[in-house]
Amino acid sequence: MIRLSIVALALASAAPVLAETIAVEPGEGAQERLQEALILAQPGDEIALGAGRFELTDGLSLDVDDVTVRGAGIEATILDYTSQQGSGEGLLVTSDGVTLRDFAVENPKGDGIKSKGADNIVYHAIRVTWTGGPKPTNGAYGIYPVESTNILIDGTEVSGASDAGIYVGQSSKITVRNSVATDNVAGIEIENSRDAIVERNFVSRNTGGILVFDLPNLPVMGGGNVIVRDNLVAANTTPNFAPEGNIVATVPRGTGVMVMANENVWVGQNLLYDNPTAPIMVIAYPLPFEDADYNPYPREVTIAWNAVDAGGTDPQLDGAEQLTAAFGGALPPVMWDGLTDGGAEYTPLRVHSDLKGWSLNLTEQGKGMTGAQPGPLEVGRPGQPISTEGWGASAELEARLK
Amino acid sequence: MKRAAILVGAGILALTGSIAAHSGQRAATAAPVAVNDAAVMGGLPRTLAEFGFFADAPAQVPAARVIPYRLNTPLYSDGAEKLRFIYLPAGVGASADGEGLLEIPVGAALIKTFAFGEGEARRLIETRVLLHRADGWLALPYLWNDEQTEARLAVAGARVDLVTPRGEAISYRVPNKNQCKECHGLAGEVIPIGPKARNLSHEWLGEMVARGMLDRVPDGADVLPLWEARGDASAADAARAYLDVNCAHCHRPSATASNSGLDLRWEQREPAAIGIMKRPVAAGRGSGGLLFDVVPGKPEESILAHRMASAEPGVAMPELGKATVDPEGVEAVERWISGLEP
Repeated sequence: MIRLSIVALALASAAPVLAETIAVEPGEGAQERLQEALILAQPGDEIALGAGRFELTDGLSLDVDDVTVRGAGIEATILDYTSQQGSGEGLLVTSDGVTLRDFAVENPKGDGIKSKGADNIVYHAIRVTWTGGPKPTNGAYGIYPVESTNILIDGTEVSGASDAGIYVGQSSKITVRNSVATDNVAGIEIENSRDAIVERNFVSRNTGGILVFDLPNLPVMGGGNVIVRDNLVAANTTPNFAPEGNIVATVPRGTGVMVMANENVWVGQNLLYDNPTAPIMVIAYPLPFEDADYNPYPREVTIAWNAVDAGGTDPQLDGAEQLTAAFGGALPPVMWDGLTDGGAEYTPLRVHSDLKGWSLNLTEQGKGMTGAQPGPLEVGRPGQPISTEGWGASAELEARLK
Repeated sequence: MKRAAILVGAGILALTGSIAAHSGQRAATAAPVAVNDAAVMGGLPRTLAEFGFFADAPAQVPAARVIPYRLNTPLYSDGAEKLRFIYLPAGVGASADGEGLLEIPVGAALIKTFAFGEGEARRLIETRVLLHRADGWLALPYLWNDEQTEARLAVAGARVDLVTPRGEAISYRVPNKNQCKECHGLAGEVIPIGPKARNLSHEWLGEMVARGMLDRVPDGADVLPLWEARGDASAADAARAYLDVNCAHCHRPSATASNSGLDLRWEQREPAAIGIMKRPVAAGRGSGGLLFDVVPGKPEESILAHRMASAEPGVAMPELGKATVDPEGVEAVERWISGLEP
């Protein structure tokens, strides 16, 4: 007996210390108990959120590396911010190697879950919902990683965001997949980011479906290397409800996939239905700007084969009636503004031969639709398939889902 | 390494459960007359008393080598009276260079108590400490009890109902440990914000030199205007000082709001960087339907002024440490914007 326990003791001290699981249940004092668990967690620990509704009055934050926050299910564990009194988001993550999974965030006053400077992060089976539906008083972003490298967003559901449901900004090595984005202004937005894969998402009832943007005057610019494939982008017909001043407030309702500025973007194998302004729109940054480091033009954008309907049957554009009449009742599915910087080193746009398009044939960036001379799209055909080598989240993040 | 870390973690949890017994023992012993350097340098002291920063903590009478100071232009915190102190251990002094942060050595601490009410009615709410340890600065919040006899560590923060000097009944937020870092974080490290030479008076800096606690009065001291005398300063200096002190710990490169591209530091002179005709990036409904952060001559069209003038979460700036609008700050910033040439 004694001998045995000595052996057991020796084994215990030699074995690596197992990460702890810290259980936190909803109920009285949930705000303090959960926040304390998030602060006192050690790297490797898992915080297990019980089933039920956590009534929260303040934002929560996590600043410890390699922590998993796991709920009892996307419908079972709810962080309810309906009575939130402070902070700019529901949950803020500022540490690396974090996994967030199997819980929901409802009615945050600002953003839902923001991860800033948080590398190697996984969002899996996370739901962020503003339960009152689309409203300009809803928070801006549902899932919001920014200034981060290596991001996997998988199996999430976001609805009601007054800016973008899933928004990835100023980041790289990004995968957004198997997710549902509905009733937001923008369903999914990849902004000022590189090496991104957006695939197998269902994007519906937003103002615009999937946006790939690059904006000036930001610390990280030069967005590019983005592939948008195998998505269902349908019925994005919700009137724009973004507060003015935000760039997405300029997105016309009925936009399917929109590429603005950026280089090396590939859009293919998507089902694009009932996006009545433009199933696919490729444009330069439309506003005047002062930033010598910024390139406002789309470069090397490929629109490969996509399944589309008639296209712009009811466009939210100036002169819509004349435009649709001129094109025989509906604008062709691919819309381009025609703007390039005149340089010969790159091809602005290539479009698959099955897809018809039209161009505004603008001649000057930053002047809105002024000078538009709409006409049929005349650009080259796609060449070799794009390589996504080195894009998207790493295999290590993938492994955490198992 | 990992094992040790986990054991420390378990220790903290255990301590959480035994605060009552622990503090009971402590009450029986006399308050220390000098600062407890061991508490400054290690552990997570459960009570403020363990540091020995005060000869009489409820009366905020500091212990030896704990020196009070003020800032020319202070951070607004719902109108709280703020009592600031710096502790420097014997034999180590701070040094100064230019207008930036004083260089404060390991072993030192910054202490700030937040109080509401005047005279007999003064009630201490919380005391925040910044400890300069061998591995960097650590920020900890201590919450005063209703009896005003003791302040205890509150890593998860708290909410306290109180009435501000302007008569507004609010739920005052004591920040949690992570929220401390949201303002005090720079490139992943925790740093002090307040004691920059430009926001400290020549007089106080001179006294510190005379005490042997500071190497010299630096060039660039005392540049920011005294807030209560801001009428004597230019509109630009008053507003830029306010923005530097209240906003720039987040709105600067490598800090919490770096992704906004807005840099409100005093030394930033690039118009677009300080928001002039800059479009918002992630303002969401905080934009209030306005197009630019600062529109010269038009405060009513400037998102900066709009968000300062709001107390609503998701719109209000700053996001932390503010339940009520600072009318003086809004007025100073609006005055500056009004005077900017379009």
